[in-house]
Amino acid sequence: MRIPLSWLREYVDLPPGADVAEALVGLGIEVDAVVDQAATVTGDLVVGRVAEIEELTGFKKPIRFCLVDVGRERPQEIVCGASNFAPGDLVAVILPGGVLPGGFEIGARKTYGRMSAGMIVSAREIGVSDEHAGIIVLPPSSGARPGEDARPYVGLDDVVFELEITPDRGYAMSVRGIARELSHAFAVPFRDPGLAPAPGATAEPAYPVVVEDPVGCDRFAARAVRGVDPAAPAPEFIRRRLTTAGIRTLGLAVDITNYLMLELGQPMHAFDLARVRGPLVVRRATPGEKLTTLDGVARVLDAEDMVICDETGPISLAAVMGGESSEVRPDTVDVLFEAAHWDPVMVSRTARRHKLFSEAAKRWERGVDPAVALVALDRAVALLVEYGGGATDGTVLDIDHVVPPRPLTIDAALPGRRAGVPYTAARVVETLTAVGCQVSTSDSELVVTPPTWRPDLTDPADLVEEVIRLDGYDKVPSVLPVAPPGNGLTAAQRRRRAVATALAENGYVEVLSYPFVGASAVDGPAVRLANPLSDEEPLLRTSLLPPLLGTLKRNIGRGHRDTALYEMGTVFLPRPGAGSPPEMGVERRPSDEEFAAADATVPHQPWHAAAVLAGEVEPAGWWGAGRAAGWADAIEAARITVAAAGIPADRVTVEAAERAPWHPGRCAAIAVDGVTVGHAGELHPSVLAALELPRRTSAMELDLDALPEAGVAPAPRVSGFPPALIDVALVVDGSVPAADVQAALVAGAGDLLESVRLFDVYTSAQQLGEGRKSLAYKLTFRAPDRTLTVEEAVAARDAAVAEAATRFGAVLRGA
Amino acid sequence: MAVTYRNDPYDPKQVALLDPEALGEAVARAEEAFAAAGDPDALAGLKHLHLGDRSPVSLARREIGALPPAAKADAGKRVNQARAAIQAAFDARAEELERLQAERILAEERVDVTLPWDRRPRGARHPLTTLMERIGDLFVGMGYEIAEGPELELEWANFDALNIPPDHPARGLMDTFHVRTPGLVLRTHTSPVQARTMLTRQPPIYVVVPGRVYRTDELDATHTPVFHQVEGLVVDEGITMAHLRGTLDHFARAMFGAEAKTRWRPHYFPFTEPSAEFDVWFPQHRDGPQWVEWGGCGMVNPRVLRACGIDPDRYSGFAFGMGVERTLMFRHGVSDMRDMVEGDVRFTRAFGMAV
Repeated sequence: MRIPLSWLREYVDLPPGADVAEALVGLGIEVDAVVDQAATVTGDLVVGRVAEIEELTGFKKPIRFCLVDVGRERPQEIVCGASNFAPGDLVAVILPGGVLPGGFEIGARKTYGRMSAGMIVSAREIGVSDEHAGIIVLPPSSGARPGEDARPYVGLDDVVFELEITPDRGYAMSVRGIARELSHAFAVPFRDPGLAPAPGATAEPAYPVVVEDPVGCDRFAARAVRGVDPAAPAPEFIRRRLTTAGIRTLGLAVDITNYLMLELGQPMHAFDLARVRGPLVVRRATPGEKLTTLDGVARVLDAEDMVICDETGPISLAAVMGGESSEVRPDTVDVLFEAAHWDPVMVSRTARRHKLFSEAAKRWERGVDPAVALVALDRAVALLVEYGGGATDGTVLDIDHVVPPRPLTIDAALPGRRAGVPYTAARVVETLTAVGCQVSTSDSELVVTPPTWRPDLTDPADLVEEVIRLDGYDKVPSVLPVAPPGNGLTAAQRRRRAVATALAENGYVEVLSYPFVGASAVDGPAVRLANPLSDEEPLLRTSLLPPLLGTLKRNIGRGHRDTALYEMGTVFLPRPGAGSPPEMGVERRPSDEEFAAADATVPHQPWHAAAVLAGEVEPAGWWGAGRAAGWADAIEAARITVAAAGIPADRVTVEAAERAPWHPGRCAAIAVDGVTVGHAGELHPSVLAALELPRRTSAMELDLDALPEAGVAPAPRVSGFPPALIDVALVVDGSVPAADVQAALVAGAGDLLESVRLFDVYTSAQQLGEGRKSLAYKLTFRAPDRTLTVEEAVAARDAAVAEAATRFGAVLRGA
Repeated sequence: MAVTYRNDPYDPKQVALLDPEALGEAVARAEEAFAAAGDPDALAGLKHLHLGDRSPVSLARREIGALPPAAKADAGKRVNQARAAIQAAFDARAEELERLQAERILAEERVDVTLPWDRRPRGARHPLTTLMERIGDLFVGMGYEIAEGPELELEWANFDALNIPPDHPARGLMDTFHVRTPGLVLRTHTSPVQARTMLTRQPPIYVVVPGRVYRTDELDATHTPVFHQVEGLVVDEGITMAHLRGTLDHFARAMFGAEAKTRWRPHYFPFTEPSAEFDVWFPQHRDGPQWVEWGGCGMVNPRVLRACGIDPDRYSGFAFGMGVERTLMFRHGVSDMRDMVEGDVRFTRAFGMAV
């Protein structure tokens, strides 16, 4: 909303030099911009007196070559395309070097065969209104003299505030409301234009009207002006202020309604009485009813929409937009002004349904003063009569079902208790009275009746805010409250941090991808957005990998061919058959059962961790060759994750698995206590080809929430006795997993085995036989209480090998 | 010098080896030989010549027994002095040679320490995550706990319970992602966790809520449809706006230095009343010290307390929240939202493991 300072000054006595913008911010009205209009035109914009006019002929349109006295030694030569002026007229001239709004620079140039040094401007050219039929001719009464700065004479001496009004403050969407607010900030008198006297309903209505739905329309007032000069334009001050506000001028009657909407916050409508057939009826639309609105759109109405109808049917979509058939036209002589009060919820729904977010709708859904209708009508009639020349017969229609504001009872100490500031009761009464409330005192309680223009003041908390806001938020002191002892992070939160740190410390870079994916990225049920940003990605991820691989691809595309990434986040897994959550009110707490039932419809959203890597995990360097990233790195990333989550290695198993999108021969299932928690390995070549990712790109993904709680780790007993180290090389069939052989060694070795580590894998058909492999392990034996003898260690080794032989036919190599 | 010996006359000729000159020469020769030794092995090979059984000082010592008693002490002293001098010369040279040898080895082992050893490229944590953790840690240190909730959320928790009824204009202002299931939305703020927290905990409640939120904005330099907020909620007896200010001031100082402070501008949020937007005075701003818009705050609307089963006559509370992206942007001078979103490793690596 854009409001000029001059308009505000009509109703509030702002002190000179007042910082209005700062005051507005302090009152909770956001100031997007402050425009000093004098600065919107730069350079010399001066008053000129037209000395001579020479009509140039031979052009498609009338062109004048003028000599204009601009107070200099010689008159200025200017070519002008307008003809609405005569010698002796005072005009506004921008001289070469000046710049008009929009960056249009003025120079001296040859045009239509003559030199033109400067320009005689129209109102539109200097941005004060949309008037462009001719140039600005200043009235002789202005007293302007050639050569003077023209800005004050053409309306470029104002300051315009561009304001953002929060959804609760409908009254602030008007000059009236902003002026009132400023009167609080500067403690200066405010003359409320909304409380001006206005005639009430007359026995004879201005026009026959029936309101069939007083819930949707609790007030409908109207007055008529007949015999208006249809050609009469709106006066300059109205045109200028509408232009400033960004509203087009459309003719006197409509301009008056818009002007009063800006000033009083009361949206109005003007009907052409000659085009209305029979009495008006205000009612809900019947479903499927049609109406062509002013914007030329034929609309199909909903049963909730309110309409104003005449005998022919709907002629206006109430509160939102008038209809084409009854609108004021250039030939309208009899005008019916309507000022009504509509149900904000109805307007909000209608506006949304028809996507008509008009200036009127914005005010209605924020709340309009139901008491200002007659004032607005009186002003409208007066303005139309004054500038359009019509007459009114004095009849006033007013169908009023407005429920007066409900008084609220609050403890006078409540604002102080909420603010932490000891306001006196008198101060509370003073501030509430200032915003327009009527306050009566009974004991320590205040009975507060909010003004009609503050429908947002419904709860004691709203009154509390008014008191603190007007007293000044900056007066609230700073006191740090002491929280009771907390329990720190939860186990799940600690785990997520440990995993993130471990992956980052192992060379993975964290990314946070969008969770939106396409149909090809999910292999089961997925949550579908009703309004996705992209139709290509209407689903929510069920796995972290598809978006993460997209991020990997972007990095590779930017030249980071050797990249390792990780991501932690939630995935969205629908609960089949869960349905929609049941309705829950807000008047009371939902019962645990009600909330549990609703919560059960929310898709499962477990935290996952995923890592992807491509290129070289170690680059070649002066130390030698590099190492390509591969399946083993991905599986190790999974092991790192599980270990960081506090799960000891002996509870983790890694087994060959087949699962999309991994390579069927290079995919491992990672399990904890026998329960699969995720997969890791090299991605399927066809998947990589489709995503245009490098071959051998590998990935892992784990369900962090599926990992069991780490629990309290038991301390190991650390023996100070020396270890006995024995290497064994076992020959087994090539298909036997190394992990299984190791498990057999561990099982067979008994308690003396401290650790076992595979250090070599060797295949040779010649030496080992076709399809056989040799696995070399380093066994470390140690006793807690003594130095092992060679015989003890060898016996344990033999037992370990024997178990491997039993399970897998393992043969000690070289034996 | 008048020296009197009981067995006068003393006859040094009989024991030439004990002659002071002879001993002095033995010492001199030993010193000369040791100095000529070029390494510890060569020196070791010389030891027996000058300190061994057949060395001049050892042979001289044997002669002492034959001396008259009165001369023994004097001769013994002389021999010992000579032997000690040779031993000292040997030890000094040995030490010197070992030092030289060690120096030579160290010099030979010199490497170019400027060679890079970037065999394992460094990983890094995303600054948005670490910033949320840092904020969380600050409040956990004050006794708060970190509360969480689902990103795909009940519309009731995201809107209704927060005093945003279905036709409220505030709903229209939050460009909401809806899903095909009515009644569920991608949460537009972290505030639904307020409702969940109040439904599951009894006051006193002191929680912070970091998390990911969604609005239907196209990605550009200043907007992203997926972003992060951190929100705080306190519900306790006697909580005032002064407590809110104290908390925000402390928070600001912890994040932006001792000079930081906050100021409020009245604003409107359906779930708080009174409400304010707050700015922070940030002395280290890239463009010089200035006020920066930081977040929104207010006293929890009694309607919200009621919908969540908390008696608004007994308890009051405050809530505050801010955008994590926004905080990172002005704290670190990030100029384009896309840098935080696209996942380019160069951006994330610049922040390392913490912010």
